[in-house]
Amino acid sequence: MTYKRVAAASVAALMVASPVMADLVFPSLSYRTGPFAAGGIPYADGFADYMTLLNERDGGVGGVKLQVPECETAYNTEKGVECYEATKGQGALAYNPLSTGITYQLIPKATADDIPLYTPGYGRTSAANGNVFSHVFNFPANYWNGASAAVNHILDLNGGDLKGKKVILLHFNGAYGKEPIPTLTALGEKHGFDFSTVPVDYPGQEQKSQWLQIRREKPDYVLFWGWGVMNQVAVQEAANIRFPMENFIGVWWSGAEHDVKPAGDAATGYKAVAFHGVGNDYPVFGDINKYVVEAGKAAGDGSNVGTVIYNRGVYAAMMLAEAAKKAQEIHGVADITSGQMRDGLEQLEITNARMAELGMEGFGPEFKVSCANHGGPGTAAIQQWDAASGKWSLISDFGPSDMDVIQPLITADSEAYAAENNIEPQCK
Amino acid sequence: MSEQLLFAAEVTLNGLMAGVLYALVALGFVLIFKASGIFNYAQGVMALFAAMTLVGIQQGQIPFSHLINAIFGTEIHHFPWHVPSIIAIIAAAGVMVGFAWIVERYILKHLVGQPDIILFMATIGLAYFMEGFGDMMWGSELKTLDVGLPQGLNETVLNVTDKLFGYGFFIDNLDIVAAVVASLLVAALTIFSQYSKQGRALRAVADDHSAALSVGISLRFIWVLVWSIAGFVALVAGIMWGAKSGVQFSLSLIALKALPVLMLGGFTSIPGAIIGGLIIGVGEQLFEFAIGPLIGGATQNWFAYVLALIFLVFRPQGLFGEKIIERV
Amino acid sequence: MFYREAGDFKTSYKDDNQTFPIRLDRAGYWVALAVAFLIVPFMVNDYWVNAIFAPFFIYAIAALGLNILTGYAGQVSLGTGGFMAVGAYACYKLMVAFPEVNIVFHVLISGGITAVVGVAFGLPSLRIKGFYLAVATLASQFFLVWLFNKVPWFYNYSASGQINAPERSVFGVVVTGPHTEAWAKYLICLIFLVALAWIARNLTRGMMGRKWMGIRDMDIAAEIIGVNPLMAKMTAFAASSFFVGVAGALFFSVYLGAAEAGESFGITKSFLILFMIIIGGLGSIFGSFAGAAFMVLMPVLLKNVLVGMMGWPTDLAAHLEFMIVGGLIVFFLIVEPHGLAQLWRLTKDKLRLWPFPH
Repeated sequence: MTYKRVAAASVAALMVASPVMADLVFPSLSYRTGPFAAGGIPYADGFADYMTLLNERDGGVGGVKLQVPECETAYNTEKGVECYEATKGQGALAYNPLSTGITYQLIPKATADDIPLYTPGYGRTSAANGNVFSHVFNFPANYWNGASAAVNHILDLNGGDLKGKKVILLHFNGAYGKEPIPTLTALGEKHGFDFSTVPVDYPGQEQKSQWLQIRREKPDYVLFWGWGVMNQVAVQEAANIRFPMENFIGVWWSGAEHDVKPAGDAATGYKAVAFHGVGNDYPVFGDINKYVVEAGKAAGDGSNVGTVIYNRGVYAAMMLAEAAKKAQEIHGVADITSGQMRDGLEQLEITNARMAELGMEGFGPEFKVSCANHGGPGTAAIQQWDAASGKWSLISDFGPSDMDVIQPLITADSEAYAAENNIEPQCK
Repeated sequence: MSEQLLFAAEVTLNGLMAGVLYALVALGFVLIFKASGIFNYAQGVMALFAAMTLVGIQQGQIPFSHLINAIFGTEIHHFPWHVPSIIAIIAAAGVMVGFAWIVERYILKHLVGQPDIILFMATIGLAYFMEGFGDMMWGSELKTLDVGLPQGLNETVLNVTDKLFGYGFFIDNLDIVAAVVASLLVAALTIFSQYSKQGRALRAVADDHSAALSVGISLRFIWVLVWSIAGFVALVAGIMWGAKSGVQFSLSLIALKALPVLMLGGFTSIPGAIIGGLIIGVGEQLFEFAIGPLIGGATQNWFAYVLALIFLVFRPQGLFGEKIIERV
Repeated sequence: MFYREAGDFKTSYKDDNQTFPIRLDRAGYWVALAVAFLIVPFMVNDYWVNAIFAPFFIYAIAALGLNILTGYAGQVSLGTGGFMAVGAYACYKLMVAFPEVNIVFHVLISGGITAVVGVAFGLPSLRIKGFYLAVATLASQFFLVWLFNKVPWFYNYSASGQINAPERSVFGVVVTGPHTEAWAKYLICLIFLVALAWIARNLTRGMMGRKWMGIRDMDIAAEIIGVNPLMAKMTAFAASSFFVGVAGALFFSVYLGAAEAGESFGITKSFLILFMIIIGGLGSIFGSFAGAAFMVLMPVLLKNVLVGMMGWPTDLAAHLEFMIVGGLIVFFLIVEPHGLAQLWRLTKDKLRLWPFPH
């Protein structure tokens, strides 16, 4: 029976999946299985759907069709390497692996292979220094911007004075979760709040003692860097100890619908930092519904359109498509190479007018990438969850982050990397 | 009472509650190990699969819908109904019984009399298979599990302790429910294995397979029975943990929490699993409370193992495990 | 017909005890080595090395190490991931601290450091046995990973706790870092593997190996005939950890180039390597290779067939991959419970008689 089913399935699959012959290749190192599938699925869907939209509506970018070969990593670095090598040969223009571990792995490899990495809102924060990391781009915002944005929000709530306040960072005990600690420590010194950390080990299914500790210490604010099952449990436990949800602020990876839904009504008021818009009130989603979902070409079942992580996938795909367009303009060829793609990313300029043209007005900030600054403007907003309507909404504008504190940290960390690996500054 | 002592008391109480949950997972291991000498690596995946099945049935998901859609190009996802929790739980338990039967029929039957390591290996294969099969059947995205269990701070405990000590203790309602359910489950299992005919047969099988066979006990029936019960225990564990975090892959990792409990309590003892669970639960919470801040926190993952390790050095068969007698 | 021992006369004990007593086996062995060293390096590209050969070789080394401990000395261990982390972090610290020393020595010293750590964590094995020991070794797994995560000295105080392998070369050929040629990466892993497999084979058939097997089969009996269980167990832990440490060092420096304790050396790694030796065959050098090949190559092969050739959606393919790997494990067990190595032995026994089975 298994044989029959496999045979039938394979024949049918062969007939359904007509290979798209295209030239601009953006591999999607996705994870639709494994411990982080909940976040990986909508992201991969959003990324693929936007590219499909461009193919269906505009005939690709500059007349060249886009292709998004998917490769399953299950958030595993070894599979990530396998996927990178497997898709590299297909003429990949840029990688967006959505995993800090895989990003660290690929930074030296991709640089040597002259393929850019685009890691919006994740990966190695200090890669914002384009002088050292020539092939890594993490605009429009990185973790340290996120940390600063959260602190700025708290500052706003307290009239600019945080003296004597107590802030706890609840974080994933690994590379990703430890990223914001230096920034928050520096910000704590600057604004005079008392900062401490509470780590949670992978997977984070059990956080009782952490939350008992938080309950005992009665912090004024809890910042949160989590991913995967850790998010759902943390939101639930915060509700359990009746921590005021509006004082509980997650980073953008801890602020999706599926993170708060298991906790039900109790999650109302939970906040998260965002670097792009929420909801599906942007014209681009109408187009996605019309050209992609209703045409039966969606990567998923279409139910994710407009969710936070899906939107992030769309946003990342849009940036790459715009950068490809820019690269075509710079080099005057439609069929660009990965090296030219890198130039496109480095000279990318996103204006509000262009965003409006794309049907994404106000979805993200306007900015310009430069050789030295691969990190973009570092602006971020705060979004808040309302369980009754089942929606996130932005409660602030995209505000700047404290670059006075962040920039020296970026410089220090990237220069340590440059010294360890003998990297010459690339910008003149 | 001083504040620190109160905190410690609160932590201990919560540790006990967490310990009950660990014990629940450990119970599944013990049952199968007792009856068939198999260390069932798939127990965690069984909990995940059971919880997925429960949610799938409850929400009227169509099994294999993704596969069907991919093959036939259809767009089906859900049946137009919503099954009440209690019926869904019964149905999921039924699926676990069917699963036990399939395991016996297609795997264990062929491996009777093989060494333990082989049977262990078979459960590895089973775990891989079920992980893929569960995802294929119900999809790998996160599912919210809601069977109407109460969650959140318990008011009574808060008020009573507040009156008594001037500091309100935090106890999660879900933990209280879990503790009650686990106690009932253990009581029922103990009564079953001590006083019912099948229970006696089960213990006979645990003592000696061939002797049990020779007095007319059906090994196959006992195995199906014990795997069914383990499946049911997995379902209960899946519900308790899934209610908190949603049903997702990480649920299968709760098996890791059960291993130190098993070491401490002994692989063959049901009361051992309970007491081991409580000790580990309290121990790791207290350690994190007292020592954790000094050495940087997040100690739970290893503390349970180190505790069990130190303990085993002095009593290698665990708290209640059968003493290993070796003859040359 | 061709595969037989008739006519292959042994005239000395040495001949009689050799690893490959049958002429065709010997020939096959030399041909395989010649192909691996002289032909393959000229044909490999990045994909083959990074996706197939490097992980296969490195996991084979780790599996050899664990097989010494579990298969030969009978001590089940689930601390392999933690010990690989020791090798990796030791290698990182050495590479950064002594850039002028040849990387080969760094890798070997890392193995030595791991051996010391392994012995320390192996001490409880004197009291604890069987599955209890397996679970006890998990303590070392979790503790070591926690330690490498917690103490910033191990990752030179970098912001995120990731370690990155700087570029190092052997005789002028770059073997670590992003500019490594495919063939160089392939060869360095292969050389380590062949050398270590040779050592493992000779360790296990010598005095040491016999002591280990004595302890495995019946420790009390072994003690009575004069095997010191303390020494036997500790040497097994040391040898095993050395192999695992070398594997960890190569895994980090040559294969991945960047690593993080919790992610790269987590508990799943320990289980994966244990699965390899169980599926390959306990107490068999060939089994370590077969098991590593099965667990590394099978998923890649299945993925390429399902996604690459049949065009399945990647998630369905990943699910089916798990089902097939799991199903195959169970199937092999039912057909032949003692692993791939036993299957191979039986095939050879059948071949010896073929085509005249009587």
